[in-house]
Amino acid sequence: MEIFGIPSALLGSQLLIGLINGSFYAILSLGLAIIFGLLNIINFAHGAQYMMGAFIAWLALTKFGINYWVALIATPIIVGAFGVLLERTMLRKLYKLDHLYGLLLTFGIALIIEGIFRDQFGISGQSYDVPELLSGGVNLGFMFLPIYRGWIIVAALTVCFGTWFMIERTKLGAYLRAGTENSQMVQALGINVPLLITFTYGYGVALAAFAGVLAAPVFQVNPLMGSHLIIVVFAVVVIGGMGSIMGSIVTGLGLGLIEGLTKVFYPEASSVIVFVIMVIVLLVRPAGLFGKA
Amino acid sequence: MRPTTLASQSAVLNPAVLYTVLLVLGLLAPFTLYPTFLMKVLCFALFASAFNLLLGFAGLLSFGHAAFLGSAGYVCGLMVRDLGVTPEVGILAGTVVAGLMGWVFGSLAIRRTGIYFAMITLALAQMVYFLVLQIKATGGEDGLQGVPRGHLFGIVDLSDNMAMYYTVYAVFCLGFFIIYRTIHSPFGQILKAIRENEPRAISLGYDVDKFKLLAFVISAALSGTAGATKTLVFQLASLSDVHWHMSGEVVLMTLLGGLGTILGPAVGGATIVTIQNQLADSVGSWVTVIMGAIFVVCVLLFRRGIVGEIQALLKRAGMQ
Repeated sequence: MEIFGIPSALLGSQLLIGLINGSFYAILSLGLAIIFGLLNIINFAHGAQYMMGAFIAWLALTKFGINYWVALIATPIIVGAFGVLLERTMLRKLYKLDHLYGLLLTFGIALIIEGIFRDQFGISGQSYDVPELLSGGVNLGFMFLPIYRGWIIVAALTVCFGTWFMIERTKLGAYLRAGTENSQMVQALGINVPLLITFTYGYGVALAAFAGVLAAPVFQVNPLMGSHLIIVVFAVVVIGGMGSIMGSIVTGLGLGLIEGLTKVFYPEASSVIVFVIMVIVLLVRPAGLFGKA
Repeated sequence: MRPTTLASQSAVLNPAVLYTVLLVLGLLAPFTLYPTFLMKVLCFALFASAFNLLLGFAGLLSFGHAAFLGSAGYVCGLMVRDLGVTPEVGILAGTVVAGLMGWVFGSLAIRRTGIYFAMITLALAQMVYFLVLQIKATGGEDGLQGVPRGHLFGIVDLSDNMAMYYTVYAVFCLGFFIIYRTIHSPFGQILKAIRENEPRAISLGYDVDKFKLLAFVISAALSGTAGATKTLVFQLASLSDVHWHMSGEVVLMTLLGGLGTILGPAVGGATIVTIQNQLADSVGSWVTVIMGAIFVVCVLLFRRGIVGEIQALLKRAGMQ
């Protein structure tokens, strides 16, 4: 079976990879957007925290025999707690200053984390076995679907929509949205805004770590895995605009798919296509697809 | 009690004296220190000073300046090595290409402000990185090797380290003078006004975008000068010069030396290059950790930077 002269199996598998990358873009840009909304800082350490997630899961499995499912729950909590610590000890001191200092501080933190992991584990990748329950694959007729890859998409979308639901439909989410609009007013109404900020940062970081654990079995676990990804995610954020939660999810998935298609039709451009789209969006709609000017 | 009059009484603070002393020190330096090390310091000092024009005086944080440094290095290297042009033409070509790239980057990035500006420049620079990695002429992972230093104006042989040093020194002084003049011109004053209060600058009738773009182009072009010169010194243009780590490093140099001070970035550049040279052999990958730690300390406790702190100290001493 062929579509546009391309074998459907090839097209299908590239679209699947695109969808998987898109799932990671979606979770990571969602975390960035939530943090930016309330803290007004862009978390440059997001990639490093994603890498920490993957590494902690790998360490847990190889050193302590802790399985994937436990790691999937525990790792985001551990890394999220680390994020809470960062917010309480460092980020907190910067809220009154120019927002750019937050970017610079988290950049420094990213360098520290990456440097330490590189020193400990080198730059060669470590492999993480797919959990038994999700190994193997199914034949969909037009292509072969490894079950784990399907699981990534399901898990990522569940977490993204869960987060969307929490923010748009619950009381806590209402506080958060109110805090994004006017944190002083919310504070005056008796909500503990500093605690809300700490929680938000911790949650955003935990999302990054969750993505890291999901990624461990498909990508090589390696200290630099986050730094390249985060720059692409920045471009995704510029394209989508950080104004809307759903916007982050849709933009992330969409760009993943476009990247997958580029790999089929014009592979040379696949590493730059997201940046090219960013340039076009900036020319046509500078505020981003879902952004407020 | 105006601090400025007091400051001008102090010989150290008199800019004319200070710059004369520094100029002479620069001329004498290669007799006591290793010239190649000094040339590296000068290249990064110029790079950081050019970067500071944008961040320190226009308040625009570009996280993609490695693209200008690196691309100019490749352009200069290719022209000198493969087309056989003289070194000064190579440096000029690198500067022009970096300036043109700055015009393209700048026109796109100034459509957004603040954090978005930083992210856009970072993403554009990453695109340049991938292009450099994929284009055949740039040598991919190996970088561009075996660039001859050539003969300056076809006469002076630059393979002699001293001749090369004074060429680099002249380039640095010229670049630094351009930055100094820019900052102290009416144009520089308008940049500061935009940094302090953009809406107000707009309401005063200034075409803010045009000023930002021009600052971006000057900054990019001079970063290119630094990159092209660096390629001649080391006879190599490497992929690490276009990597985002380099963009981060120049931010660090500027921050450590003193954001928005004239000499700060040069001091910061010299400090970082020295630290890296000293540590590279002994601590390996811990260099990244140390750079990160300096970043964190600068942001949390030391936002004025080295030169900024010294200025504040002198000011306080002058007040008493």
